[in-house]
Amino acid sequence: MADEVKLYGFRGSPYGCRVEIALNLKGIEYEFIQEDLSDKSADLIKYNPVHKKIPVLMHNGKPISESLVVVEYIDDVWKGVPILPRDAHEKARARFWAKFIDDKCIPAVFKALGSHGQEQAVAEAQEQLQFLENELKGNKFFGGDNINLVDISATYLAYWLGGAEEAIGIKVLTKDKFPKLTEWCENFVNCQTVKDTLIPREILVAFYKKRFGKA
Amino acid sequence: MAKQEIILLDVWANMYSMKVKIALAEKGIPYECKCEDVNNKSQFLLDMNPVYKKVPVLIHNGKPICESSIIVEYIDEVWNDKAPLFPSDPCGKAHARFWADFINKKLYQIGRKLYTTKGEEHEAARIEFMDCLKLLEGELGDKPYFAGESFGYLDLSLIPFYSWFQVYETYGNYNFDLTMSAPS
Repeated sequence: MADEVKLYGFRGSPYGCRVEIALNLKGIEYEFIQEDLSDKSADLIKYNPVHKKIPVLMHNGKPISESLVVVEYIDDVWKGVPILPRDAHEKARARFWAKFIDDKCIPAVFKALGSHGQEQAVAEAQEQLQFLENELKGNKFFGGDNINLVDISATYLAYWLGGAEEAIGIKVLTKDKFPKLTEWCENFVNCQTVKDTLIPREILVAFYKKRFGKA
Repeated sequence: MAKQEIILLDVWANMYSMKVKIALAEKGIPYECKCEDVNNKSQFLLDMNPVYKKVPVLIHNGKPICESSIIVEYIDEVWNDKAPLFPSDPCGKAHARFWADFINKKLYQIGRKLYTTKGEEHEAARIEFMDCLKLLEGELGDKPYFAGESFGYLDLSLIPFYSWFQVYETYGNYNFDLTMSAPS
């Protein structure tokens, strides 16, 4: 029986993008259902009653929510390109860094952006980014030669951050402080499985200009 | 399995360490517990968890694993011969991870507001905390445990909060009618 896979998402959401990258890595065909975030569908609310947010993956009628939970689910169900390492300790390390990105790194970056580049906020964000810079250890990706859960978790940093920086006119992820991360961003967004999930940069920058009152 | 060296870095009454200890106990894994002084953290802890500098940290044959939920999953994967903490099907696992994430983020953050805020913010936290508990009650339903007949990851994630309920009750001005069945 063929799998029925649907993704409730929003083009332009980095969290939805995480799921799309995972689906692309595994070569899974799916139907994308664009949600209007200002008028969420009854289906979305039914399938994610707790958070009422995208992304929600529907697999043969069963909903899964929370982007990193969905990505791990995809890796559990579909074999093929691995998203998580097989070794238990390496797997735990990957989960640790993915959680760090969500719990520490991205919130600090948001604060720096929201403050329009206030010195202290930028310094704190850069402190978190330094951990990731060190973790790359001269590899092309956090997963080594190929992207893994950590790279996927950092999607926002690879693309959305640059758009927001341009819109506001500040720089948080600078090339001189973060040469490896800067190169990683370039490599990541050029991956075939990632490229097609990204919205055009000009649309992203326009969105952020409006959001940060720079339009 | 060859002889294992397992050390747990812990702090008194830490609810996250509690999760790890329960997981180790469920699996019958012997370990050495080293209690840290929160006000004077050891160099060992700082070396083992340089990012967060916090407990719990599990050190298995010299390799550190940090973050309680990640440690518990690691324990379940490595010692997979007894007392499985996760369902075996991917959907069940995703479900458990989703609710554990909910418990860790929502219950902890809102619960904290019960004893750190006052006035309107406190009142809003009271209502939100009760809403979270009702959601969990709904998820549990009539089952003895969240995943059904066996104790698992989600029950383990909630127990440490259950042990803090008297704190929440006092600071939240609740009178909990504890109709949800919690494992003893």
